[in-house]
Amino acid sequence: MEMITEILSKNGLVFAFVVVGVVMWVSYQISDRLSAGRLHGSAVAIILGLVLAWWGGLATGGSKGLADVPLFAGIGLMGGAMLRDLAIVSTAYGVDIREIRKAGAAGVVALALGIVVSFAVGALVAAAFGYTDAVSMATIGGGAATYIVGPVTGTALGASSDVIALSVAAGLLKAVLVMIGTPLVAPLIGLNNPKSAMAYGGLMGTTSGVAGGLAATDKRLVPYGAMTATFYTGLGCLMGPSVMYLALLAITGG
Amino acid sequence: MIIYGVAALAACHLAGVILGDLLGVLLGVQSNVGGVGFAMLLLIVASDWLRRTGRLPALSEQGILFWSAMYIPIVVAMAAQQNVVAALAGGPVAIIAGVGATIACVALVPVVARIGGQDAPLPPLMAQEA
Repeated sequence: MEMITEILSKNGLVFAFVVVGVVMWVSYQISDRLSAGRLHGSAVAIILGLVLAWWGGLATGGSKGLADVPLFAGIGLMGGAMLRDLAIVSTAYGVDIREIRKAGAAGVVALALGIVVSFAVGALVAAAFGYTDAVSMATIGGGAATYIVGPVTGTALGASSDVIALSVAAGLLKAVLVMIGTPLVAPLIGLNNPKSAMAYGGLMGTTSGVAGGLAATDKRLVPYGAMTATFYTGLGCLMGPSVMYLALLAITGG
Repeated sequence: MIIYGVAALAACHLAGVILGDLLGVLLGVQSNVGGVGFAMLLLIVASDWLRRTGRLPALSEQGILFWSAMYIPIVVAMAAQQNVVAALAGGPVAIIAGVGATIACVALVPVVARIGGQDAPLPPLMAQEA
């Protein structure tokens, strides 16, 4: 038994392929048999993945979900930023450049609007709970954008560590919600063509959320959503400690 | 050879990420700005040019298509290493801010997607293709 677990942890990435393969198979069975194909197999797989991450987090107290369990460390490599980004780039193969040019304006508007609206909502909620200084409002607003924009903004402005932790939690929750919720809201918001996918990527911004959510909706939309989402965090980190903070400072009167 | 396709994909990935990092430094941001997006544009332009000049044999193409097919499993592995516990433990401020921002932005999707005219939906997907 000990020998087997040792072999499995030594071959972490290979074992991860087996684990994910099993998760996919179980998910497609659930999708076919329990939901008659209504809930897409990949949506079920992502939800199962999140449940495993929750279990891993509870079991180890770590921050990387299932990947913190030594036996499943290979999941961390397989689903880490490196291979995730390589796979996202590969989905662009065969994309029609005309579609992207046609939707360019909508994508830019979506990015600007997505960042401003997220900051505004986050800052309002922060103020409603008594965080009325511009630094805390900007930090929690940044967290409502993505879980990277929040801490980057907070660190730049010198926010307290509990406010930064709140901003990370808000951003993580958004990523998880987008992953699970996208296939459910897709029919309501007309998310079924490249242009709406580009608008969606720009408005939601969370790369992991958009990557997972669109995968569970229609894989052909992934490259368009990912294309705009990839600019979001960078722009958010640019605007957070500058434009957004100054605007909040002007509103709160210092 | 399949490796040519994989190598081309990897080269586009790295070139894009380097561009994104440079743009981040230029803007004075502690983050990569659009690296993956640039990489995708590079891949689209490069593969289009290679195909038109007949320099992309089907076998090389397989090297890119393999990673594209691995996309969903990789996303599942990504989901399995999210900090779900922290996401749920943030208390009311984090929950209302996260949920509120998500709902507000989702509601704006149809508005923004209408800029420059409504697009037709993609044709329905065959079960095997998914």
